[in-house]
Amino acid sequence: MASTFSRMLMGRRTAMLLASLGTGALATGYLMSDVNHAAVIDRTKLFPPSSDYPDLRKHNNCMASHLTPAIYCRLRDKLTPSGWSLDQCIQTGVDNPGHPFIKTVGMVAGDEESYEIFSDIFDAVIKERHNGYDPRTMKHHTDLDSSKVTHGQFDERYVLSSRVRTGRSIRGLSLPPACTRAERREVERVATMALSGLKGDLAGRYYRLTEMTEQEQQRLIDDHFLFDKPVSPLLTCAGMARDWPDARGIWHNFDKTFLIWINEEDHTRVISMEKGGNMKRVFERFCRGLKEVEKLIQERGWEFMWNERLGYILTCPSNLGTGLRAGVHVRLPHLSKDPRFNKILDNLRLQKRGTGGVDTAAVGDVFDISNLDRIGRSEVELVQLVIDGVNYLIDCEKRLEKSQDIKVPPPVSQFRK
Amino acid sequence: RMPRGRGMASLALYSDQELPDLSKHNNHMAKVLTREMYAKLREKQTTSGFTLDDIIQTGVDNPGHPFIMTVGCVAGDEETYEVFKDLLDPVIQDRHGGYKPTDKHKTDLNPDNLKGGDDLDPNYVLSSRVRTGRSIRGFCLPPHCSRGERRAIEKLAVEGLGALDGDLKGKYYALKNMTEEEQQQLIDDHFLFDKPVSPLLLASGMGRDWPDARGIWHNDNKTFLVWINEEDHLRVISMQKGGNMKEVFKRFCTGLTKIESLFKTKGHEFMWNEHLGYILTCPSNLGTGLRGGVHVKLPHLSKHEKFGEALKKLRLQKRGTGGVDTAAVGGIFDISNADRLGFSEVELVQMVVDGVKLLIEMEKRLEKGQSIDDLMPAQK
Repeated sequence: MASTFSRMLMGRRTAMLLASLGTGALATGYLMSDVNHAAVIDRTKLFPPSSDYPDLRKHNNCMASHLTPAIYCRLRDKLTPSGWSLDQCIQTGVDNPGHPFIKTVGMVAGDEESYEIFSDIFDAVIKERHNGYDPRTMKHHTDLDSSKVTHGQFDERYVLSSRVRTGRSIRGLSLPPACTRAERREVERVATMALSGLKGDLAGRYYRLTEMTEQEQQRLIDDHFLFDKPVSPLLTCAGMARDWPDARGIWHNFDKTFLIWINEEDHTRVISMEKGGNMKRVFERFCRGLKEVEKLIQERGWEFMWNERLGYILTCPSNLGTGLRAGVHVRLPHLSKDPRFNKILDNLRLQKRGTGGVDTAAVGDVFDISNLDRIGRSEVELVQLVIDGVNYLIDCEKRLEKSQDIKVPPPVSQFRK
Repeated sequence: RMPRGRGMASLALYSDQELPDLSKHNNHMAKVLTREMYAKLREKQTTSGFTLDDIIQTGVDNPGHPFIMTVGCVAGDEETYEVFKDLLDPVIQDRHGGYKPTDKHKTDLNPDNLKGGDDLDPNYVLSSRVRTGRSIRGFCLPPHCSRGERRAIEKLAVEGLGALDGDLKGKYYALKNMTEEEQQQLIDDHFLFDKPVSPLLLASGMGRDWPDARGIWHNDNKTFLVWINEEDHLRVISMQKGGNMKEVFKRFCTGLTKIESLFKTKGHEFMWNEHLGYILTCPSNLGTGLRGGVHVKLPHLSKHEKFGEALKKLRLQKRGTGGVDTAAVGGIFDISNADRLGFSEVELVQMVVDGVKLLIEMEKRLEKGQSIDDLMPAQK
C-alpha cells in the first residue's frame, strides 16, 4: 500500500507543495521521528504493554469483550502512518464503561489504516457488532442503483416522513478523532468545493458554524438541520469535539431535501429526506447526490475511503459497509401495542427508535423504523428491506384496525446469498 | 504515544493551515500565541512526545469568559516548560504578576518562620486550610501520562504515604475499590473528589481512564489529605476547623517534608527548579502551588464598596465556600492568597494570616457602624 506521503505526491497540488517545502521539510520529518524513536524505546522498556492494559472488568462494550491482554500487548506499540495508536482507538471505550442493557462499540478509527493495523481487535468487534459479518472471509457489495428499488411509495396516512442517511470519508485525511485542524479544514474545503458544483434540484448552500448569523441558526434549528457540539462522552472522549466549531458546517440544497453535515462525527454525513412516504424518490436523490459528489471530488484527485472488505470506511465501526440508515416516521398505534411487535421487527431486520433519533422514546405512537444492518448487504438491498418491511408493518396496522389477525413473518436472511 | 498528525503528510502541510482561530478567545494562551510563534513551536516536541497542539488544546476548546481569564494551556511533562518556553514564559509572566524568565523563586517550608497565625478569631474564622501540589520527577503529568505511568505514580504515592506515622498515620481509598459506605463517609467529610466535569480539565485529557489509579489518602485525624492523580500527581491538603492557621501550616510543612524524604529513599524526587519552583500541570500553580485560606464570616465587609480594593491591596482573593467558581453563602467567604509564584510558602501564608486579621478588624468596625478608612492597607 502506498504510504501517505507518496499518495500525496501522486495527486493534488503536488508541484505547489514541493516548491514551497523544498527538501528541508522532508529531512525535518525524518529527523523528528529518529529523535523520538530512541525515547519511545526507553519508555516501552520501562512500561511494558502489560502495565498499560486497561481495567475493563466493569465494562460492557464490544471493545472490552474482545480486547485480550495478548491482543493489547501485540498492538500497543504499533502506529498508523499518521501516528495513531491503539490506545487512542480504545480511549472512548475505556472512559465509557457502558450500560448493562445497551452495548456500545467502545472504539473508533483515527484513519483508514487503523482498520488494517489494528485488525486483530477491529475484526472481532466488527463481527460482534454486525451480527456475524466476518471481515476476514466476507466481501461487502456496494450498489447505489436506485432504479432497482420497487414499491417505494408508502401509504401516507401512516408514513409521515422518509429519510436515508450515510457517511463518507475522504481518503488521505485523518478521521475526526485524529485529524489536525489543517486536515479538518481540508475536509471542509474539499467537500464544500464539490457541493458547490451540484446543480438543478441538488443546488444549495453551505453554512459554516463559525460564521452563521443568528437568523440562519434559528432557521436551521427550526428545520431540524442544525447539529450541536457533541455532549455525549462517547464522542467527546474520542476527541471528536476538539477545536469546535472550527471547520464544521451544514450544507443543504435549496429544496431542503438533501443535507450534508461536515466534520461532525464523520468527515461528511449525507442525508436525503422529505415529508411523506416517497422512499423511492428519497433514495433516488440520495444515490444521485452521492454519485455526483463523488465525481466532483474525483475530478480534483480525491476519492472516498472504501474497500471490498469493509465497504465505506467511517469513524465508528458500527457504520461500516453502507453506513446506511434508511427509515421512516410511521404511525403504528395498534401494532405498537401488540405483544408480537418486537418479534415482527426482529424478523424483518428492522429497528425501532423514538422520533428524536437514537436513545429517544416514541411519542404519540409514531416510531422511527429503520434497517438494523449496515454491512453485508448493499444499499439497494437494505432500502428494499426497509420498504418491504414497513409495507408489512402498515399492512399489520390496517388489519388490527379492522380487528383482523396478523402473522409474524418468517425471518429475512441477513446477508446476501 | 505519538502526537496526532505526526505522519509525513501532516508535517508537509502549512503551519498557517494548522493555526487555531483564536479571534473569539479570552485566555492567556490566546493573548500570547502569535502566528510566528505557532509556526516555530509546532515543529517541536518533548522527549515523551508532547506537542504544542497538546499544550493548547484546552485553550482552543474553551474560548473563555469576558470576565474570567483562564490560562488556556497545560504541561504534559516537566520538559514542556523548557521546550516551549517561548509560549509559556510570557503566559507565566502575564499570569504571575510580571514574573520574568530570569527571576528566581524561593521555597520556604519552615513553619517556624511564620509569625503568629494561631489566634485568628474563631467567632469569624470557621476553618483553615492550606493546599499545594507535587509532581513526581520522571513521569508525565495528568494530561499526557499513560495508564502504566499513572498506576506507578499511585503505587509510589501509596507506599510513601503508608510510611507516615504519628498524627499523620492514615489510609488510602482507591476510587475504583471504594465501598458505598467509604464513599459516603468521604463525601460527608468533604474529601471525595469526583471525575472532572469542567471542560477546562476534560479538554486537556486529564479525565482519561477514570477512575483508574485515582484515590484519596487521609490521616486518621482527618486533618491531612492527599489526592492522587486528579489534576496533578499529588494534591496535598492540610485543614482543620477553627482559626489556628499556624497549626495547619506546621502540619502541612511537616507532612510535605516527610513525604519528600520518603520518596527520596525510593530514588524519586519532586519536580522542582529554582526558576519555576514546584512544577505542576497548570502554569497557574507553579512556584509554591500553594493556596492557603480560611472560611470567614464577613457579612458587613463583603457589602462594603471598598471590599474588593482591600483584598487587592492585601494580595488576597475571595471565592464562595464551594471553592473556585462558586458564590458566597450567608456572608461566608473563602479568602486565600492570590499569588503562587515569586513568593515563598511562608510569605504567602503570612499574607493570609495578616490579611485575614485585618479583614476581621474591619468587619468588627462595620458591625459597630464605624468607619474603616483608616484601616485600609497599603499595596503589598
